[in-house]
Amino acid sequence: MLQVGNYTFQSRLFLGTGKYPNYDMQKQAVDVSETEVLTFSVRRMNIFDPDQPNFLEKIDLKKYRFLPNTAGAKNAEEAVRIAKLADGSGLCDMVKVEVIGCDKTLLPDPVETLKATEILLAEGFTVLPYTSDDVVLARKLEELGAHAIMPGASPIGSGQGIINPLNLQFIIEQASVPVIVDAGIGSPKDAAYAMELGADGVLLNTAVSGANDPVKMAEAMKLAVEAGRLGFEAGRIAKKEYAVASSPKEGISVGE
Amino acid sequence: MEIIVNGDPLEVSEGITNIEELIQELRLEKKSLIVEHNQTILKKEKHKDTAISEGDRLEIVHFVGGG
Repeated sequence: MLQVGNYTFQSRLFLGTGKYPNYDMQKQAVDVSETEVLTFSVRRMNIFDPDQPNFLEKIDLKKYRFLPNTAGAKNAEEAVRIAKLADGSGLCDMVKVEVIGCDKTLLPDPVETLKATEILLAEGFTVLPYTSDDVVLARKLEELGAHAIMPGASPIGSGQGIINPLNLQFIIEQASVPVIVDAGIGSPKDAAYAMELGADGVLLNTAVSGANDPVKMAEAMKLAVEAGRLGFEAGRIAKKEYAVASSPKEGISVGE
Repeated sequence: MEIIVNGDPLEVSEGITNIEELIQELRLEKKSLIVEHNQTILKKEKHKDTAISEGDRLEIVHFVGGG
């Protein structure tokens, strides 16, 4: 069971909703993933196209918690505004603080992320900041009262997997709030690895929506997150430099 | 009367006096949307009570796919 603020989840997989080939496939992928948390962005509506479809209309709103992001914000002020707009929907009080500080790498702005987190916490939001894998920054976000820490595995959408497992491990060890590894996951291996390191959850989007078969990949990610978590809970063996035989050395009937 | 919606001017017909009527005029009443009126974000139940005046600035936003 994963607890973030006042919310509890059976699933440790959070799923993004961007860039799927079509809504039907997306709906199937979301179903198969068994996720309980869906992320969204907030954007201006085309007010002259009342017939435009929206993914929210395709799903049972009661089945999911919504985690709107503040993507598009370049500073704390913009992030706070986007969070408040999302809150205006009446659908959620969780927010993923995402303040991008570099257009090329899409890495987060640490100073503005801290500021936005502080303001939104004071406003009563359940705040999950997307951050780099900086250990001290993660600690400072937790000290502010963030309800979870969401360090990136590697740049958003890059699919490069976990570039700095040591930093993630440090962040996980020091945190007393959930750590959700967010961004950069490329394959089920990466998701399982994050969970084996002790992450409380994984948030991914492109790894599923951009896969050749998003529905199959959604299932793969669900299983990977579960397998990684079970492995973490079971406790892996220590690594040794040389071989240690699995079979007994006594009672061998050949070679005498 | 002219108002600004999502950064662009919009001519609103006579008889539209509040946000709820504007949303209906635009045929968006069934949509999950969020309205900001002169920098105040409105809960849906406030749409009816919020009058529109010449030059008002509105943002009409919604949830789209994102990670």
